Amino acid sequence: MAGVSASARGSSAASPAPGAAFIFKKALISALVALVLFSLMIGVRTEAGSDGQLTYMTRFGDLAAMVATVFGGSIVVELLRQWWGPVGTIRIVPPSVQSGLALARRGIAPVLLVFTFLVPVIFYNERYILDLGILVLTYVMLGWGLNVVVGLAGLLDLGYVAFYAVGAYSYALLATNFGFSFWICLPLAGILAAFCGVLLGFPVLRLRGDYLAIVTLAFGEIIRLVIINWQSLTGGPNGVTGIPRPSFFGIPLTPGDDGLAARLGIEFSTTHRIVFLFYLILALALLTNWVTIRLRRLPIGRAWEALREDEVACRALGINTTTTKLTAFATGAMFGGLAGAFFATRQGFISPESFTFHESALVLAIVVLGGMGSQLGVALAALVMIGGFELFRGLEQFRMLVFGLAMVLLMIWRPRGLIGHRAPTVFLHHSQAISSDLVKEGHG
Amino acid sequence: MDYFAQQLINGLVLGSIYGLIAIGYTMVYGIVGMINFAHGDIFMIGGFIALISFLILVSFGLTFVPVILLIVLLVAMLITALYGWTVERIAYRPLRHSFRLAPMLSAIGMSFVLTNYSQIAQGARVKPVPPIITGGYTLHEGVDGFVVRLSNVQIIVVITTIVLLALFTWLVARTRLGRDMRACEQDQTMASLLGVDVDRTISMTFVIGAALAAVAGMMYLLYYGQVDFFMGFVAGIKAFTAAVLGGIGSLPGAMLGGLLIGLIETLWSAYFSVEYKDVAAFSILIVVLIFMPTGLLGRPEVEKV
Repeated sequence: MAGVSASARGSSAASPAPGAAFIFKKALISALVALVLFSLMIGVRTEAGSDGQLTYMTRFGDLAAMVATVFGGSIVVELLRQWWGPVGTIRIVPPSVQSGLALARRGIAPVLLVFTFLVPVIFYNERYILDLGILVLTYVMLGWGLNVVVGLAGLLDLGYVAFYAVGAYSYALLATNFGFSFWICLPLAGILAAFCGVLLGFPVLRLRGDYLAIVTLAFGEIIRLVIINWQSLTGGPNGVTGIPRPSFFGIPLTPGDDGLAARLGIEFSTTHRIVFLFYLILALALLTNWVTIRLRRLPIGRAWEALREDEVACRALGINTTTTKLTAFATGAMFGGLAGAFFATRQGFISPESFTFHESALVLAIVVLGGMGSQLGVALAALVMIGGFELFRGLEQFRMLVFGLAMVLLMIWRPRGLIGHRAPTVFLHHSQAISSDLVKEGHG
Repeated sequence: MDYFAQQLINGLVLGSIYGLIAIGYTMVYGIVGMINFAHGDIFMIGGFIALISFLILVSFGLTFVPVILLIVLLVAMLITALYGWTVERIAYRPLRHSFRLAPMLSAIGMSFVLTNYSQIAQGARVKPVPPIITGGYTLHEGVDGFVVRLSNVQIIVVITTIVLLALFTWLVARTRLGRDMRACEQDQTMASLLGVDVDRTISMTFVIGAALAAVAGMMYLLYYGQVDFFMGFVAGIKAFTAAVLGGIGSLPGAMLGGLLIGLIETLWSAYFSVEYKDVAAFSILIVVLIFMPTGLLGRPEVEKV
């Protein structure tokens, strides 16, 4: 099949570019389809009146504008496609540019890391940027955690938010009910989430890609519904309030005499806590990154990558796919749980609202955008996504529309990720000619 | 006993709606091998289009209910089918030879697009309509005064489902298109070598699935008297559960699965707890996939290397 499509592509590239008439016809068809699609949904707006009776009004202006946009857009897309040439053309980049890009690629990670360390120093007085930084870092950590499951082990997990929720609720409930401190609860939250990961992992071991995705999605929804309905434990839709703030290893960040500021002999400021939270999530994220990089060099990491590339071959080579999948789930879930505990302590309030399917999809989109497996790619993708959402804050209602379209276009245009992608860590660099004494056919 | 009989009727009606959606999932999975995640939202769009065309017809002064229903049904099926076609054309066809997770992710993106699109176009509030079909029959009146009722809406939902299912089974078993579909399901490369237009067949599969989802959307509107932009998500997952339970790829299986899911959900709500009815449906999905991945009427899947 691949051969057939490749040859078809080749012939279309050889033939002259279609003329204006063709483009016009295509745009006209698109516009007609758009007219039918949007006729009722956009051309008519329903509204419930004051007496509860549903009325409607027509919006033919909007409809015409939409159809015209589709017509124009279709022409532009077709022209762009001709200018860009057929998909799959190899573009020759001059070697000097290539080496420059390679240098930039190697340099970007340390530069980014140093910059991140300096953010609280540079933007000390800009509360907004610090808060945004904390948010981005939380998603970087979630992305890196999910990366273990999706990027390394190749298991599509649509319910990652469940572990995030488990982590957040374990900290919130342990802290508010038993008065445990953040530093005791953090590992506990991680362990509980990892336990949930194993719990989910056990039944889904036998499932393949798509089925696995749906089951994880169902699991995420079940966790959310249980949180909403188990009111006596979780407070239901009202959530948990008054979650204690973290302490600096036992020293509270309060204006009192025993607070950190008083002990250090400096003036108290609420910014201290924000800066502390910033470095806390940075440390957690870097821990995630470090553990992932180390694990990747261990046999278990190699097994994850082998599982991603080919499950059948993996089994044939004697790798225990059961433990491999379980460890991937547990590791990813643990990082999700740690991030959840951080989320709870940062917000001081959590409710089921924060743990919807959208959140899972967002983290998944970050991993996919980052190239599934590339650590740097995921970090940059989180920055782009969360930063992008902040930039277009005014267009809040179009957010999911743009997000969904971006996901579709990304899959069509660069299915292996926008920023980078991870090739297997170990592979044979060149095929070797082996003496015919060793192999029957001659070449090995 | 009367209470149980009433719940049985309600469950079967709800199950018919799920079954209609499930057919779309099962057809697409059988042919393309992907979960059409946006199918639940196609169902939601179908409900909205039925609602809007109904409003317009009523405001034009049409009062004869059967004619209204017929026109609404045709309009909803037509426009929603075009939505199905467009979604396949934009989001799935370019990915046919991409890596294995790509169509799934693209489908999730499309689902967000459709949900948000109808939220922007029609607003986030629930859209209620006055009951269109009223009346019904009293089947049995118990000594304690509990009445088992079968309303006209319920009769219409069940009859429409049966007619459509018969029509559809005929389509797959007897027509040229149905033969092409079955050929593509077995081996796309071989089918294309033998002169089957694979692209067209896959498009038609999406079109038919979307048209059936539109019928389900209209039945939902008639039965519950309301639509909202978020109803596609949960209904979609439940219908997918139905498709899996019946054996994915099997048409009678999808209908059977739909009826079972409808019954389980209704009985669970009636005898245990309404709050946990979705949890029950999702748990069934997990349990079925673990212990019976081929479903009730499905064929065992052969793993090809």
